[in-house]
Formats: sequence, C-alpha cells, structure tokens
Amino acid sequence: MDTNELVRSLAADHGWRARPVGMVLAVALVVALPVTAAMFIMALGLRPDFMAATGRAFFILKFIVTAALALACLALALRLVQPGAPVRNASWLLAVPVGLLAAGIVADLALPQTSGWTARLIGSNARVCLTAIPLLSLPPLIALLIGLRRGAATRPMLTGALAGLGAGAIAATFYASHCADDSPLFVATWYTIAWALVALIGALAGRWVLRF
Amino acid sequence: MRKGEGEWTQLMRSANSGDGAAYHRLLLAITPVLRATAQRGLARAGQPTDQCEDIVQEILLAVHLKRHTWDPSAPFGPWLFAIARNKLIDALRKRGRRVFVDIDDFAETLPAEPAREQLPAADINAHIEKLPQRQREVLQSIAVESASIRETAAKLAMSEGAVRVALHRGLANLAAKLRRD
Repeated sequence: MDTNELVRSLAADHGWRARPVGMVLAVALVVALPVTAAMFIMALGLRPDFMAATGRAFFILKFIVTAALALACLALALRLVQPGAPVRNASWLLAVPVGLLAAGIVADLALPQTSGWTARLIGSNARVCLTAIPLLSLPPLIALLIGLRRGAATRPMLTGALAGLGAGAIAATFYASHCADDSPLFVATWYTIAWALVALIGALAGRWVLRF
Repeated sequence: MRKGEGEWTQLMRSANSGDGAAYHRLLLAITPVLRATAQRGLARAGQPTDQCEDIVQEILLAVHLKRHTWDPSAPFGPWLFAIARNKLIDALRKRGRRVFVDIDDFAETLPAEPAREQLPAADINAHIEKLPQRQREVLQSIAVESASIRETAAKLAMSEGAVRVALHRGLANLAAKLRRD
C-alpha cells in the first residue's frame, strides 16, 4: 500500500471518532474508586477517633495535601497525553501540595508538642502506610493508565510516573483516614516513600502501556 | 506562525465538524512535509533514508488515530510535529540508536522544502498480509481499488456499518503492529 492509498483509507475512516481522553479517564476512575474504597473498608477502616480527629488541623492537612497532589498529577498527566500542549507552565501545580506540606512541617516544628520530632517522624504506622498506599493505589493506577492510553503520550515514562503519583495520592486520601499519625513529618517521610514506589511502578508500566 | 500551518488548522477544524473532504486534503497537504521531516531526521541521525516512507506512514496512522487529542483552539502544527517527532525517535530507536531530536529541527524544514519523491514502503505491506481476512479485504478495496464504503459493502456483501468497523479495526491493527516491530 503506498502512502496515497493509506491516506485514502484514513480519510474513509473519518467517521470514526475517539472519545475524549478526559471522559474515558473519568469513567475508569468512577469504576476504580469503589474498588479502592472496598479494599480500604475491609482491610483498614476509619481510625476509632475519626470524628474527634476531624477537628484537628494536622489531620485535615493530610487530606488537603493528598487531594492537591492527586489533582495536580491528573491535570499534568492530561496535558502530557496531548502533544504540543504546554506542560511546563502547569508544573507549578505540583508545588501546591509540596508547599502545603512544607508549611505544615514548619508549623509542626514550631508548635509545642508532647513527643519529640523523631518520634513524630517515625510514628507508629510506617509499615502499614508503606503497604497500604501502594496496594490501594493499584485500582486507580490501572484506571489512569487505561484512560491515558487513549491519549498520545509523547513521554510515556513521565506520564506513567505522574499516573502512579496521582494514584498514590488517591490511595493516601483513603489511607489518611485510617492512619493515626497526623504529623506532617510523618506524611512527608512515609507517604512520600510509598508514592515514590507507586510512581516507579507507573513509570515502568507507562513505558509499555502508554506508547502509541 | 508559518504559512501553511494556519491552513492546516482550518482544515482540521472543518474536518472535526464532519467535513471528510477537508480531512483528506489535510492529510495530503501534510504528507510531503512529513516526508521531508523524516528524511531529514534520518539523515541527521546518520541513517539511510530508504525506510523514510515507513516512518511517514506510521506518523500518518498516529495522526489519524490520535487526532482527538488535538485541541481545536490551538494551532495544528505544534501538535503534528510533536507526533512526528515522537514517531521518528521511536523509529530511530528501533534501529538501535539513542537519539535526541530537537523539535526546532523540524521547524526549520518548513515550509520551503520541496515535496520529495515517494519511496516504496515495506513494513505496512507485510503487516496487511497478517490482518484478519475481512479487514484486509476492506482495506484493499478502499485503499488500493479506491472504492467507497458503500461500493465496498456491496462488493463484499457486508453492511456499511460492518465495513466501517472492519476498516477502523484494520487501521488500528496496522498501527499496533507497526509499533510493535
């Protein structure tokens, strides 16, 4: 088949249209989130003092940070699967969760505390955190990769890593309501290690799944 | 913006609102530019240019299958060259070279490059052979014999809908096979 013939067949296929990436992504997430929620309820559940904790600033900060991170990753990943779309001028979005967490750490260190900073950093849930976040992130990671696959990722590894980080942030939003460690020092240490792991998985998967 | 690209953007917008002729014109307009781009890219990487047409066809398939990722409020050119660059780098990588191609290299090639001679493409034909029979027949009819969807449907005793599905699946399969090898 020469190129003119190929062009003719492409033109004949013009009636076919793909659904927008954002829509596919949204549908996939709507399917994946209940799975993560079910995993969370069966394996972990809310912490016993959940209602009392909702009045504490550092507890609330965990959700703000994870939600901001998830949204930033989603927005950036959606741009990355749109060739030619400016990505760099949206990368400040990632600074929002980082800045919030940094501000939290400053406040945590400045305020009088009942335990030392190393104790707060090490916390009591590190192992659960490192297991739960990667596992809970698998359904949203799969959903994000399915959605992003509909796009055109010119940088598949980076896009996959952002999908992993975003999925990790979604998982952490659930996990944060179980974890009794609210110190931003704990979040910045252990959540970040868990996120790095999921981002790595996402990058490796993206390399295969997101090429077009 | 370079001359020509504004026209592409207009054509693609018309195509998106259902104008099939505009889409065909757009594909014909970008093909020689993509050919020049691919030849230049291969030459710069110190590669023979005899497989240029395979790359052009791969880019065209990607443009077709991913055109929904173009934002109609943005110019078409940067989107097109991001796709072309990606496919060119992939093609060079398959030949075992790690290469970094600057997108500005493509910008320079436009629009003065003359349309170059079309070389035969080898990859796509090998893959067409391996397509399921129906997809192969439909592609053959529409591409090579330049039959319409309706004529193809009558000839192969299929519904027009089935022809459309077979055509699209055939093209998507070809793109996947080209990507994998």
